[in-house]
Amino acid sequence: MSAGAVVNLGTLGMDQGAHLLVKRALRALPTGGSLRVLGDAPALQIHLGAWARAQGHGCTALAGACVLTRGNADQGRWHGAERAGGVDPSQDNAVAAHPSSRWGLAARGAKVEAGGPAFHFPLSDKDVVWTDDAARIYAQAAAAQWDPAVAIDWQAEIAHPEEIEDAVVQVMTYLIENEVAALMVPSRFLTQVHPHFREILQVLAIQAADEARHIEVFTRRAKLRRPELGLSTTGGQVSLKTLLDEPDFAMATFLLSVLGEGSFLELLRFLHRHAPDPITRQVAKLSAQDEARHVAFGMAHLCRHASLDPSLTGRFAQAVQRRHAELQHSAGLNEEVFDALILLAAGSWEPADIAMGWERVQELKASMDHGRQVRLRRLGFEPERAAELSALHTRNFM
Amino acid sequence: MTTPFTLGAVAYDPKVVTIWEGFKTWLETQDFAFDFVLYSNYERQVEGHFRGEYDVAWNSPLAWVQVRRIAEALGRNASGFCMRDTDCDLTSLLVARSDSGIASLQDLRGKTVGVGAPDSPQATLIPLLALQEAGLVLGEDVQVRVFDVLFGKHGDHVGGERDAARALMAGEIDAAAMIDGNHLAFTAEGTLPSGATTIAFQTPQYDHCIFTALDDVDPVVCERFTELLLAQRYDDPIVRPLLDLEGLKQWKPGRLSGFAQLERSVDDLSFSGAQTVRDFIAATIAEHQDGTR
Repeated sequence: MSAGAVVNLGTLGMDQGAHLLVKRALRALPTGGSLRVLGDAPALQIHLGAWARAQGHGCTALAGACVLTRGNADQGRWHGAERAGGVDPSQDNAVAAHPSSRWGLAARGAKVEAGGPAFHFPLSDKDVVWTDDAARIYAQAAAAQWDPAVAIDWQAEIAHPEEIEDAVVQVMTYLIENEVAALMVPSRFLTQVHPHFREILQVLAIQAADEARHIEVFTRRAKLRRPELGLSTTGGQVSLKTLLDEPDFAMATFLLSVLGEGSFLELLRFLHRHAPDPITRQVAKLSAQDEARHVAFGMAHLCRHASLDPSLTGRFAQAVQRRHAELQHSAGLNEEVFDALILLAAGSWEPADIAMGWERVQELKASMDHGRQVRLRRLGFEPERAAELSALHTRNFM
Repeated sequence: MTTPFTLGAVAYDPKVVTIWEGFKTWLETQDFAFDFVLYSNYERQVEGHFRGEYDVAWNSPLAWVQVRRIAEALGRNASGFCMRDTDCDLTSLLVARSDSGIASLQDLRGKTVGVGAPDSPQATLIPLLALQEAGLVLGEDVQVRVFDVLFGKHGDHVGGERDAARALMAGEIDAAAMIDGNHLAFTAEGTLPSGATTIAFQTPQYDHCIFTALDDVDPVVCERFTELLLAQRYDDPIVRPLLDLEGLKQWKPGRLSGFAQLERSVDDLSFSGAQTVRDFIAATIAEHQDGTR
């Protein structure tokens, strides 16, 4: 459009959206270019004058029409604007190593006006938080969400003896407490991650939603036959508190996801196999599917982080040792939970069944230890060191 | 310590602190020592100017007229040296409901007009002057209902105009006075439904706020201050938020040609708000004349 351009608004008023047409026509003009605005809307000239003044354009009435002279304020606003990386993480340089604090909450890939406020996101280093697997893990999680109301047959029969039910309720009480920790730890870090790492935020958010659902189903299972829940011990809470107190994202992820949830995953599989009723088996099975993703995410970004920072495994080891030292005078897994697991796996008070239950719990502990060692080796530990560190893991499992 | 160049401004809104703190910070980056004092109303600010409490004032158009008149009476010189692009060529409107049949000033005979604060140039003094100069006697031929929000702040607060607009749509008044941009803004926000109103009258153009100096200001420092303002660019991301808050895209050299309607309203308007202005000017002149005797 050249000087002398015209836009005809017809009967559309500036109080009805006509400014869109005017702005569009002005965009095609150079600064100082003229635009003749025609239209029949009442008050058009008055509104055009007021609008142009506020927008930094000139406005004069000429032969029954308004003539706008394009100012440069709209261009000025975007002077120095910066593209905040790229929307597609697979593209080169899409994900910045150190995203600007001034990109703030802008979507990755958006063009960000200069001069915005500086946000403080403590986790804004790609090396510390990122994994290319995050988008895939989030997509899997979103596709695998399940509705407790329909995914579990809450009407299924519970035929086991009353004392076995007490054991189930005690185990559920323990699971709830642990799931609360598993919800709070990633949630706390979620708000510290720079939003540029969108996929990481999404994974942490859906992880929290998973844990919220687990809390619901374990609570619901416990309440099926009992008006009250079981016992919560000081030793268990002391162990979980060390997770909440861990200020470092990598260390917290390592302790929670790699060691804690990894062990917890074995426990849920144990319950899926050995629980005395189908409802408990179902909630354990579905929760285990979610927990496996949490472990996979933790492993994915820690493996990447460890490959970039050779000192990380040393700090992992220190974190395990420090936590062990803090917990060595606590009771670890409470007796009630341990006994409940044996009884639950036994299914009866028959000595032969108790022996079987005991054996199964020993197998559980062995499989937890094995899994921890496998994951530690994947993170770069030598087998002997992995075995040492696994042995130091909390007796509370999580 | 160098005495900073000090501005007087009226705190018509909490954002005023943000604005001038921002300017202070920016001016310091330009090696220009700057500070500001805030007044709760323009009359206190005008008095403060003549008492030498600061160097220059960010004045409403009415405060400019007050300072100019008082200075002239005291044999001093006042100058308006800088203003916003958005201060130039404003108009005020008298807005009626579309179904009212009101299409001119004469149609308002026997009707009630809602105006803003009694000391608002744009929403009261200038629109009422138009009615009076069209031959309508205020209070007799046309009733005036005042929607007073923050008297003393010269209509800087938009609340009075919005209250009048609401009263118009509620059928409590027959026409409402407002600045042209607010008719568009009130329509956009829904206070005035699109198409529900008609513009019965538009005033001639006038100008609005203006930086004001008296003849005791250091001309070199004032000139530097003006240069720095005029050099502010909207494409500077540091400056832009301040300009957005203050509602401009560009500073302009001050001009004094756009205050004629307001001067006439202060001279002639038969309205209590104008009388209060005249009383204030006379009292301030008398106070300073007494002080020099």
